[in-house]
This record gives sequence, structure tokens and C-alpha cells, in this order.
Amino acid sequence: MIRRWYLWLPLLAFVGFVVLVTSGLMRPMEREVVSRMVGKPIPGFALKPAISELPGLSSADLEDGRPKLMNIWASWCLPCIAEAPQLEALKAGGAEIVGVAIRDKPEDVARFLAQNGNPYSRIGADDLSAVQLEIGSSGVPETFVVDGDGIITYQHIGDVRAEHVPMLLEKLEDAAQ
Amino acid sequence: MIAELGLAALWLAAALAGLQLIAGVQSVRQPDGPLASLARPAAVIQGVLAAFAFLMLLWLFAQTDLSVKLVAANSHSAKPMIFKLSGAWGNHEGSMLLWVTVMALAGGLIGYLERRLPEVTMQATLATQAFVGLGFYAFLLLSSNPFERLATPVAEGMGLNPLLQDIGLAFHPPTLYFGYVGLSVAFSFALGALLTRQVTPNFARAMRPWVLGAWIFLTLGITAGSYWAYYELGWGGWWFWDPVENASLMPWLAATALLHSVSVLAARDALRAWTIMLGVVAFSMSMMGTFLVRSGVLTSVHAFAVDPERGTFILVLLGIYIGGALTIFALRAGTVQEGERFTATSREGALVFNNVMLSAILAVVLVGTLYPLLTEAFGIRVSVGPPYFNPVAAIFTLPMLAVMAVGPLLRWRRDGAKRISKPAVFLTICVLLVAVLVTYLSNASLLAILGLAFAAALAVGSLLPLRGRNLLRTPLATWGMVTAHFGIAVALFGMASESAFSIEKLVAARPGDMTEVGPWKITLDGIEPVAGPNWTALQADLRASYKGGSAITLQPQSRTFWSPERETAESALAARWNGQLYAVMGSGIEDGRRQLRLWWKPFVPMIWFGGILVALGGFLSLIGRLTADLKRHYVRRRSAERREDAQV
Repeated sequence: MIRRWYLWLPLLAFVGFVVLVTSGLMRPMEREVVSRMVGKPIPGFALKPAISELPGLSSADLEDGRPKLMNIWASWCLPCIAEAPQLEALKAGGAEIVGVAIRDKPEDVARFLAQNGNPYSRIGADDLSAVQLEIGSSGVPETFVVDGDGIITYQHIGDVRAEHVPMLLEKLEDAAQ
Repeated sequence: MIAELGLAALWLAAALAGLQLIAGVQSVRQPDGPLASLARPAAVIQGVLAAFAFLMLLWLFAQTDLSVKLVAANSHSAKPMIFKLSGAWGNHEGSMLLWVTVMALAGGLIGYLERRLPEVTMQATLATQAFVGLGFYAFLLLSSNPFERLATPVAEGMGLNPLLQDIGLAFHPPTLYFGYVGLSVAFSFALGALLTRQVTPNFARAMRPWVLGAWIFLTLGITAGSYWAYYELGWGGWWFWDPVENASLMPWLAATALLHSVSVLAARDALRAWTIMLGVVAFSMSMMGTFLVRSGVLTSVHAFAVDPERGTFILVLLGIYIGGALTIFALRAGTVQEGERFTATSREGALVFNNVMLSAILAVVLVGTLYPLLTEAFGIRVSVGPPYFNPVAAIFTLPMLAVMAVGPLLRWRRDGAKRISKPAVFLTICVLLVAVLVTYLSNASLLAILGLAFAAALAVGSLLPLRGRNLLRTPLATWGMVTAHFGIAVALFGMASESAFSIEKLVAARPGDMTEVGPWKITLDGIEPVAGPNWTALQADLRASYKGGSAITLQPQSRTFWSPERETAESALAARWNGQLYAVMGSGIEDGRRQLRLWWKPFVPMIWFGGILVALGGFLSLIGRLTADLKRHYVRRRSAERREDAQV
């Protein structure tokens, strides 16, 4: 009888699994995704417009010399609605805000903006959360401060509350220097 | 005192598992040895002791004994009794104890009852069961002692995660555990049969009720879990391909394949090595699921009880059991004699196809679940979601559904394609007709259209095995198969309909405002505060009327629990026979308006109704098999008695 080599395949696959998860367990846990990208340049990307009225967003747009707020949000996210007035306040305070819409549909985005106001100068559609993951964001909403050279200087996790507005404006000012 | 009693019982149970292992191994080597009669009683007593330990834990939770660390961390004296009790297993330590208890009880049951197999196979099976059990006892006693006392008792407990304070969820984890444990028994049987070279139809018959039972519980567990995610998380979806959900789906897929292959082995003595393999895989999947959920290697929306150290422990157990089992398989499967032969167009052929497709779907889900882990090893972060899972799983699901619709019409061993050509053509027309109709009438996606078309054909096809039969004399197992297959069609219809016809609306409303969602007119009457036993909430009063009919009231809430402090959205549902209206209240906006999110989801309850039908089918089948076994047992005893009488 020839030894049936294929009977060993299940074991081989299992060993592969064990190696994979062991390496996963050994890696330090990144519970705090927060600071990982702070101080680093934004990775290259180009997102198509989320709605036809506004341009999309690419990493080049974040390197035009002016610091910006990059808001990661979605029309299906309820905290994003709560956050909308604060974004308006930030805009009124002189901040330029660009948006990344996560796993969204154009008509939903348009409806959201019609109802909650539109503080954005650009909105890119991130249908697969690809950019979101690249910049180290793990949920919506999150707001990044990006300086004029495309370096991330601050990451705010969760919705922006009224008390965060002055702090974010200050961070923007710091980023300008 | 109670806690110490529980702990002592647990240690004793572990010791008996050790004894069971030694006795089992010894008597496999030396069938007439001194220890041969010990394994079965050891299994029974072990079951009793583990059950006693679990009862003690329930007692501690019922009393809210705050000197016990686990109770203090997870309970609260103000909690309703049912949630105090469910708190006993709503945490890592307690749920592991529940697992061990059910496993020990199952071991006791086979030790006490199962007499069909050669004794040496039973000894090997009981030894395997004890070996698996020992790992879990070690886990429990060495790193997750549920009975640990606090040095100084606290004045009040820390509460239970408010999201988990829900009747559906109180019974969701135990349901899954019953399933996992059933698969562990199947695993023990498979190894016992492989080690003693007894891969026979009798082995399949002994294993089948456990596989069926496990499969029923897994089906119910997944159905309940999906419904929980649907109405509790308030996102309006019913399946997210989240790692935790996948972890519960994979054992189900393996168990479904096993269920079918074990039937082939029992009826036709074919698919021997394959059935053994599936027995090992099904249990691996349940352990792997537990590992993925508990270890936190994968980030999940409902990652609870994450602890890398415990993850490592489970991984070691996984390595020992699964690695060991697969090694034995590789060494031994070659010696398993080839079973009976059959042609491609036969009942066996259709079942093999089903098995291959189910395995492929399992692989698709497994790869998708682990892929982020793989890319992370190379420093790339990705998220795998519905755009991958839905179409790729569909590639294998659709052919499987097609064969499922006609397969039960085929005869065992060999059959002509001609005999089923009429129903096959009829069902194909059915698919095409529905597909054309839906495409014409709606703008549903391709997958949704295919889903609706296949659901219709499968619903018809699943009933065909009953055609021309005397329904009263049809075996229960056949009724079970028909019901389960029909349930799959119903669930599929619900899924496809939800995807094709759902209407969603997001509004900011003031009291008095009216809005329309599909056929519904909804008025916000007012918003008022309400209070529960351990929460306060803002509750919206919605008046909804379907096509101008009489109004019903929906009261979604935005709840704040005060121990621990946490906000959750309680959705409100209005169910009609043809769908559900789903309402969630969001946060307030400064001008006094309130966010409301409303969905009209036609036929969405069919998803869970179908799931329940599938489980019911399994249950009918189980009852049918068990009564047939009992009858056979009774007849055999009677004839043995008669023979004795004749000799006298």
C-alpha cells in the first residue's frame, strides 16, 4: 500500500492555523489604536466622491499646506448625528473639515447632509473601510487633526462633544505652526 | 460553605475523569483486566458531581453571595431573579463550568445507556471523553475558578453587562454549549471507533443522536443569536459576518455535513473515513470558535470575556486534542476499509455533493474569518465583510440548494437521472419564473433575486418526498428531513426578501410629526421618561398604522443603566404576518427634535421562523430515530428472553 500522503493534509492545515494564531497572540495587543498613527504621515489614498455635489478625497488634498480636520463618519451612525452641531461649530471657528464616509450609499449621505447640515469641503467614499483601517481608526465617528504636510497630529475617538470644540480648534492651531 | 462544597465536588469530578481515562485505556489494552468495569460508573458519578457543582454556583447567584468573587463581579442584589440565575453562566468562569457540567452529564449518559457498540470501542470512547474533560477541568480549576472567595466581601455587586440583561441572551450561550458538547461526544465516538477499528453502521447509529441533538441546539443558538443581534444591537441587520457569528456558524456547517454523512454510514455503510474526519472537524470548529471569541486575536463587535492568557490555555487544549486526533486520523484512516460503493446519481451521490459544498462554504467562512489575522502578520490591516462572504459563499450555496431540492427523491446506491427528470424540469421552471418575476417587479440585487427564486423552488422540492406516500405511515425521520429542508427554504426567503424589499427611513421628529415608511404611517405622539428596576429611559410613543388601518403603539427607548453606567437603544418592533416595522430612537438634537430610525422589512421574521422549522425538523428526526432504537432494543430483549424460556 502506498502511504496516503493526503491524509496528513488536515493536520498540516491545523498546524498552519496554530502557527497563525500563535503569532497573533504573541504580537502586543493594540487595544489603544489611538497613538499609533500620530506623528506619522497619512498613507496614500484616493477616494471617489461620496456625493456628486462635493469632490472626493485623496491624500494629496491633505498636503496642500493648510491643516485640516478629517472626520470619519457614516450616515448610519447615530453618534454622528449627535456630533453634527459640533462640526458646524468647528467650521464656524475656522476649521476646514474633510469627511470620509464609511460603508455608505450616496443617497443616504445626501439625506444625512440635508438633515444635519454639511460642514465638509470634501467627502470621500470609503466603501470597504480600507482607508479607515490604514489610518488606524477603529470606529465611527472619529476625527483626526492633520497638519499642512499631511502628518497626523491628533486623533479624537468617539463623537465630538461641545466641550471638545475649543480643544480641537487649539490642536488645529498647533498643527499650523 | 456552599462555594467550598461546589469546589470540592468539582475537584472530585476531575479526579473521576482521571480514573475514567486510566480505566478506559487499560481496558482497551486488556479487555478482561481489573479496571474494565470502572470506566462506566466513573463516567456516571463524574456527571452527578459536576451537576452538583453547577447547582451550587446557581445557588450562590440566587442568594447573591457577595463574598464570592464571581458573584460580586457579575451580579447585583437589585437584579430580577431570572437574570441573577443567568448571571451564573453569563461570564467566563460560570460558562466554562456549565460546559464541563453538560459534558460530564453527556459522558455519564453514554456510560450508563450505550450498549450497542463492542465494549472495547465504548471503553476507548469513554477514555477519549474523559481526556477531553480533563483539559477543561484543568482550565477551570487552575485558571478560572468560579468559586473563588473575596478576602473581604463587598457591599454590592458590580451588575451585569446591561446588553446581556435580556431573556434571549440568557439562553443563547447555553444553547450553543449544548451543541458544542454534543459535538464533543461525536468526537469521542469517532476516535473510539477509529482507535478500535470499528467504523461500522452501528457506530454511526450510536453517534447519530448526539450529532442530531448538537445540531438542533446549534441551529437554535444561531437563530436566537441572530435575532438578538437584530433587535438588541439596534442596527437593523440580522447577520454581520462578525468573527463571533462566524465562530458559531462554522461548527453548524460541519455538523450539518456530519449529520448527512453519518446517515449514509448508518444506512449504507459508506463514507467511513470521511465521517470520522467530519467528527473531528466539527468538534475542532467548536473549540476553535471558543478560542477565537475568548482570546481576542480577532477584534469583534461583541468581544466579551477577552483574555489572552485564557486564549493561550484554550489554544494548548486545541493543539493537544485536535492535533492529536488529526495525527491519529492520518495514521489510521488508511486502514479503514473502504465502504460500500455507489454511483454518482444516487442518494449517496447527492449527499456527497452536499457534503463537499458544505465543506467548501465552511472553508470560505474560515478563510474569511482568519484572513485579517494573516495579513496582520505582514503588517496590513484589512476587514473582511459581506462583499466577500455573500457572493463567495453563494457560489457554493446555490448548487447545494439545487441538489437539495431533488436529492431526497433519488434512491440509494444507484438510480437513473431519468426518474427525477420531471421534477427537476418542473423546479427549474419554478426558479426561472420567480427570477423573471422579481427582476421585473423590483430592483433587487442579483443575489436577492437568486435567493428568492431558489427559495421558491426548494420550498416546493422539499415537499416532493411526501408525494404519493401515506402521510400517517411516513417515518418521523422523513418528516424531519422534509421539515428541515422546508425550513431552509423559508429562512432563505426571509433573507432574500429582507435584502430585496426593505425600506429604511431616518427622520428627526418633534412630537406630533408624521412620517411614512413603505405602507406605514407613523406619528410621534410624545417622548416621556420611564423607569425600570435598574435603568431609566426616554421612551418615544409612536402610533403606527398599516395602510390606513387601526393604529398600534411602538415604544422604542433610549435606556440608561446605572450599574454599571451605560446607554443602550431598545428597539421596538411591530410584527405582521408579512413583515416587521422596526423602530429605534436615537439621541436628541438641540432644537427639541429627536432622531428616529425606522425600517419596514417585509417577511423578515421568516428568517428566524425558518431557523425554528429547521430545528424542529431535527427534533422530529431525533424522536423518530430514538423511538426506532428503543423498539429495536425491546424486540431484541424479548427474543432473547424467549430463547431463554425455550432453553428452560
